[in-house]
Order: sequence, then C-alpha cells, then structure tokens
Amino acid sequence: METSIGQPNFISILFFGIFVFFTLMVTYWAAKKTKTAAEYYAAGRSVTGFQNGMALAGDYMSAASFLGIAGMVSLKGYDGMIYATGWLVGWPALMFLIAEPLRNLGKFTFADVVAFRLKQTPIRIAGAIGGILVLLAYTIAQMVGSGTLIKLMFGVPYEASCIMVGCVMLCYVLFGGMLATTWVQIIKACLLLFGVTLLLLLGLSKFGFNPGNVYGAVQDLPKVGADMLKPGGLVTSPLDAISLGLALMLGLLGLPHILMRFFTVPDAREARKSVAYATTFIGYFYCIIPVIGFMAAVLVGRDLITKVDKGGNMAALLFAELLGGTPFMGFMAAVAFATILAVVAGLTLAAASAMSHDIFVSVFRKGKASEAEQVKVARIAVIIFGIVAIGLGILFKGQNVAFMVGLAFAIAASGNFPALFMSIIWRKFTTGGAVASILIGSISATVFIILSPTVWVDIFHFKTAIFPLKNPAVISMTLSFVSGIVVSLIAPDKEAEQKFEDEKLRTYLGVGAE
Amino acid sequence: MAKSVHDIVNSPKFKSLVTTRWTVSFILTFLLFVIYYGYILLIAYNKEFLAEKVGVYTNYGIILGVLVIVLSWILTFIYVLWANFSYDKKVEELKKEL
Repeated sequence: METSIGQPNFISILFFGIFVFFTLMVTYWAAKKTKTAAEYYAAGRSVTGFQNGMALAGDYMSAASFLGIAGMVSLKGYDGMIYATGWLVGWPALMFLIAEPLRNLGKFTFADVVAFRLKQTPIRIAGAIGGILVLLAYTIAQMVGSGTLIKLMFGVPYEASCIMVGCVMLCYVLFGGMLATTWVQIIKACLLLFGVTLLLLLGLSKFGFNPGNVYGAVQDLPKVGADMLKPGGLVTSPLDAISLGLALMLGLLGLPHILMRFFTVPDAREARKSVAYATTFIGYFYCIIPVIGFMAAVLVGRDLITKVDKGGNMAALLFAELLGGTPFMGFMAAVAFATILAVVAGLTLAAASAMSHDIFVSVFRKGKASEAEQVKVARIAVIIFGIVAIGLGILFKGQNVAFMVGLAFAIAASGNFPALFMSIIWRKFTTGGAVASILIGSISATVFIILSPTVWVDIFHFKTAIFPLKNPAVISMTLSFVSGIVVSLIAPDKEAEQKFEDEKLRTYLGVGAE
Repeated sequence: MAKSVHDIVNSPKFKSLVTTRWTVSFILTFLLFVIYYGYILLIAYNKEFLAEKVGVYTNYGIILGVLVIVLSWILTFIYVLWANFSYDKKVEELKKEL
C-alpha cells in the first residue's frame, strides 16, 4: 500500500479549515455572552450534565490516547489493551470520591475547595503550585506530541505547528473563555467518537462484523501472531503496575483542567450526570480503540506502520487511508488536529485560572477585585500561559517527553488529590497539613520520577536508577497523606474545625453552593 | 420549623446521610480496586491463563480487558441509581428543615 501521509493533503486542510472556522464562530458567539468572572471561568454555570460529560470526555480523549494506543496495540498487541483499561478506571473513582462535594464547595478552581475553611493565602499559593506543575507537565507532553504529529500528518515544520496550535487555541480561550472552550471540546468529542465508530464499522465489515475473526487474523500474522494476543512485557513487576495504576486512577482526581469543568454545571446532580456520561463515552472509546489497533496490524501491516513512524502513532490514520482513501485519512487527521487544539485550550484555561483567581485575586487582592478586573487579569494570564506553552513546545523539540504524562498524573495523585480529599472528609485537617501534603506530594513525585528508570536511565542514560519504580505514586501519595495527617495533628486548628459544620452542610446538601 | 446549621448537621438524619454516603462510596471504590488490581495482578502472576482460548480465537485476556471497562461502567451507574433514588430524596427532606 502506498501512503500519502506526511504530504500536505487538500482534504484534511479543508476539513481542518471548516473545523477552525466553525469553532471560531462559536467563540464569537461565546465571547458576547462572556462578561463576568463566573461566565469567563465557569461558562456562567449554564452547561448541562450531558454537555459537560461530552466536554470532560473531550478533555480526556487526547490525540495521544487515540493515535498512541491504536499504535501501541498494532505493534505490541495485548499490552496496548492493558494500557487502555488503566485510563478508564479513574472515572468511577472520581464519581464516588470527589465529584459532588467538589461541585458544592468550589467556585472556579480546586483550591477554592481546599481553602474553604482554611487560611486563604498559604493554601492558594500551594494549590496554584501543585496545579500549575501538573498543567505544565501535561502541556509539554501535548505540545511536543502535537508538533510531532502535525509534522507527520501534513509535513508542516515542527515550530510552525506549535505556533499554529498555540495561536488558534489562544483565540478560543482569550475571547470565548470557558463557554467557547466547552463547545470546542463538545464538537471535537462528537467528531472523534463519530470518526472512530466509522473506522470501527468500516474495518469490521472486512471481518464479517465479528471481532473474533479479527483476533483470528491477528493470530495468523507471520512471526509475531501468537504473541500479539498475550500479555507481554508491560506488566512484569507487580509493584510497578500497582503504582502506575494508582497514578492513573487517582491522578484524574487531581487534574485541574478536569476538576475545573465541574464548576460549569449548575448543581451536584448535574455534576453526577456529567461523570456518568463521560464514563460512558470514554469507556466506549477505550473499548474500540484496541480493536482498531488490531485491525490495523492485520490490514495495514506492521512493516508499513513502523516505516511511517517507529512508535506506531500513524497506525489509525494509515488504517483510515486503507479503508476510505485520502479523504477519510484527511478527515481523521483533521479530527486528531482538532483534538490537540481542544485539549491545549482546556489546559490553558485551567492554568490561567490558577494564576489569576488563586494568586492574583485571592492572594494579592484578598478576594476583592471587580468583575471587569478579574476577567482582564484572567485574559492576561491566558496570554502568558499560551506563550509559555508555545515556548516549551519548541524548547522540548525532539525530546522524549512520554514520561511527562506519567509525571502529570503522579503529581496530581500525590500533590492535589490528598489535600482535596482530606479537606472534604476530615474535620481536623489544617492549613499546615494541607500545605505540607500538597508540597511534599508534588515535590517527592517530581524528584522520584527524575531518579526513576523512566528519566534516570532512559533519558540521562545512567546505568541503574536510584529510585526503583517507574511511577512513584504509591510512595509519594503515601508521603503526602502521612505528612498532611501528622502536621494537622501536631498543630490543631480550632477555627477550621468549627467551620467544618458549615462546610458539611454545603458538601452534602449543596446549601450556599455558588 | 427552621433549624440552625448546628442542629441540622448534628441531627441523626444528617449523620446517617453522611455515613451512608461514604459507606456506599467506599464499597464501590473498593470493588473498583478489586476489579482493576485483580486484573493487573492476574497479568503479573498468571499470563498463561490469560492466553487460554475461550472461543475459537478470543482468549480470556481480551474478555477480561473488556470486562474491566464494562464493570467499571456498571459500578458508576449503580452509584448514579443509588444517588438519584435515595440520596437526593434525603437531601431534599433535610433542606426543608432549614
């Protein structure tokens, strides 16, 4: 099979142009409705549970998971499927432990929840540090991934694609705020789910609509066939697997751009609905991506997949080209590009809210700032983070940044989640405990990742790693919980304990929720 | 009859609401852990079992992988059903007392 991947492709540029035009129209519409801080950060709390579920799914189904997991399955077989299941299991945990209290207690950021009955300044600073660290790591992974993918798909130079993604994304976030960002996510989630469903059905039509036949064909592949359907080298050390699983599962509960979406719905009931819808879409997505990967391995062939990209990232697009020719490939490439844009937009808005709402308004202005000023500061923060994102994308060109996503989840699980959770359920939690748990969790997760095999051996090329686990969550999260508990018990805070009654009323009944 | 925040929060009804809420949440979270880590530990310790065929071509590994996703989804919906039919009603009752 001949492929036109890597050449500028009229169809995909056309589809992409339509997407950008349409989403900019949405942004124009959203900009007219965005004047107050609540409209800018939280879409005026007007998003329904279904819409928010779509947007959450959009935030989570990144180009890396669509192209990356399909590629991983096409080359490594069953291991890619194990990887896919890990990405879903955080969603039920988010529902059971965080979603509704978060909605009832928060305003614009997760630090609102932690700071509810504790001292504003230290919590805001620590919360912003934890949040921005996660977002930076996640953004670097997305920007580098997008630069590389766009280069592979269209042959556009790396730097140009970083700047292009950055500029279009800035338009959405700067002018349309959360309302525009939400609708861009919804549109992109629909396109992506439609695209992969079409890919699945067209593919299965070649196998008599029976997935069993797909596995049969995989098994008959020369040389590798028998091993493709078996677990390989991904899970060898159980402790490593448990630690990675913890980071994936509980890291979701500390990702600022995901948590921020819960403030866009009117109440806890809609927050609950949105997780239910998001889990459904994401579960569906991760069920079918491995099948697409297996079909690509059979029909496209592993030789061509690795010839185009060693990591296998183009497997899904090559498969689309095989089934529907250049037009279908162009459509799917445009969808992947749209995915990157939408995810980076969500990250930027979350980072801007940490800088402007947590730091500027709550720390410098002690919560006293006019609506107009809050929105203005938020927009300045968006521009700053947008430029930083483009700069980091270019700076990390050609670097192996796969560990950055693991780092983001590890910091989220160890820095943000424990403080958030303890502030909701534990009466005796104090300001000192929260600051200790956020800082110790974030710093230990970062240091351990640098000393772990993923960075120390794979990137710095030392012979042996100082820290044995590939993902440190099991250790760093424990440290974070322990430090939070110990510091809170050593220096109790009576005032915070007294305010816990008001907090409880709001946590469970939603009384006074904004 | 309006009650103060202190009275409501310390009423048996509110306390049982909070206890039930976290009992349900922790049981479901525990089941989620059992499902997911059961699967991961099975991969770590018994790769041969997962490679065994169920049908002509499908093996236990593929079935279980899909099952982890489906069961996680079912747990989520159990929570939604419980919250919609039981939790929300009690919340409404307590709110009226304020």
